Amino acid sequence: MTDFAEIWSYLSQGPLMWLTATLAAYAIGDACFRAAGKSPLANPVLIAVVLLAGLLHLTATPYAVYFEGAQFVHFLLGPATIALALPLFDVLPRLRRSLLPALAALIVGSATAAVSALAIAYALGVRGEVLASLAPKSATAPVAIGISQGIGGSPTLTAVLVILTGITGAIIATPLLNLMGLRDWRARGFAVGVTSHGIGTARAFQVNPTAGAFAGMGMALNAIATAVIAPLALSLFQ
Amino acid sequence: MLHALLAILACQLIGETLARVLQAGLGLGLPGPVLGMILMLGLMRASARFTALIRPVAQGILANLSLLFVPAGVGVVGHLGTLGSQTVAILLAVVGSTILAIAAGAVTFAVVARITGSSDD
Repeated sequence: MTDFAEIWSYLSQGPLMWLTATLAAYAIGDACFRAAGKSPLANPVLIAVVLLAGLLHLTATPYAVYFEGAQFVHFLLGPATIALALPLFDVLPRLRRSLLPALAALIVGSATAAVSALAIAYALGVRGEVLASLAPKSATAPVAIGISQGIGGSPTLTAVLVILTGITGAIIATPLLNLMGLRDWRARGFAVGVTSHGIGTARAFQVNPTAGAFAGMGMALNAIATAVIAPLALSLFQ
Repeated sequence: MLHALLAILACQLIGETLARVLQAGLGLGLPGPVLGMILMLGLMRASARFTALIRPVAQGILANLSLLFVPAGVGVVGHLGTLGSQTVAILLAVVGSTILAIAAGAVTFAVVARITGSSDD
């Protein structure tokens, strides 16, 4: 048993173990997601976060030690944002044909997401760092985390709010838009992409290919729009 | 692979530099990676060869996009204690704003598309 303790104390000091654990937890989360028929409720990120949080708790590992390994994954958020240029590039010809409706829906959707979230939370007594963390939650995670850091929010809290927003949108979009009687797949997809980024976009592709393409467009455009709108919206409440 | 990664990191580096310059000069708080994304989009429009070079690497990164927010998500566990009574308020804000934003965005798109006669064909 002393051997095991020695191995543990060696491995738990380096980045390798927690980097491996991060990938393993996500692989398990992704397997659950596929087994559940890609239901938005079985979100692989939430599953991975719960598994890792439990593991850190059981092994009494501080987050700072965990992050020494996980930082290699975290770093890729920046390059991933650059890579989002590709889906945007691919939909540019279709975007040109729907430019005015898309721009109008982008501004209205992005501003509604930020202002209404801040207004509801403010009315219920939320202030300071937690309030700031809410403002960019409709943008895709790498962008939202970057914005949150810039406006005095908590990047880790924003990461979880981004995921919750994505799951909420993926679940309610279809029943909500059916109830409203909206049949334009472009409008439906675009609004879901603006509001619920990648998780909403993945859901939109399951429902309708046009909705999926326009959701991807909405997600990419809102990555840019949120950078401008979130700080403005937050300034209304400070 | 090597050149595509180099191009992506170079766009990010230029974006980060530009973000600092804009912040210092104009007080504009745009994230560096977003500026890098706009630069990358411009380069893709300028050269089809460049786009073909970037495509497989960008697709590889984006296929695993969700994985990248696991480390930050784990960090929220340390926050749970501080959230406490605010948890319900935050959940209501997330759900309420998501419903409002999807409805407002979809209606705006549909109405403006009708006014301008825009269709997808």
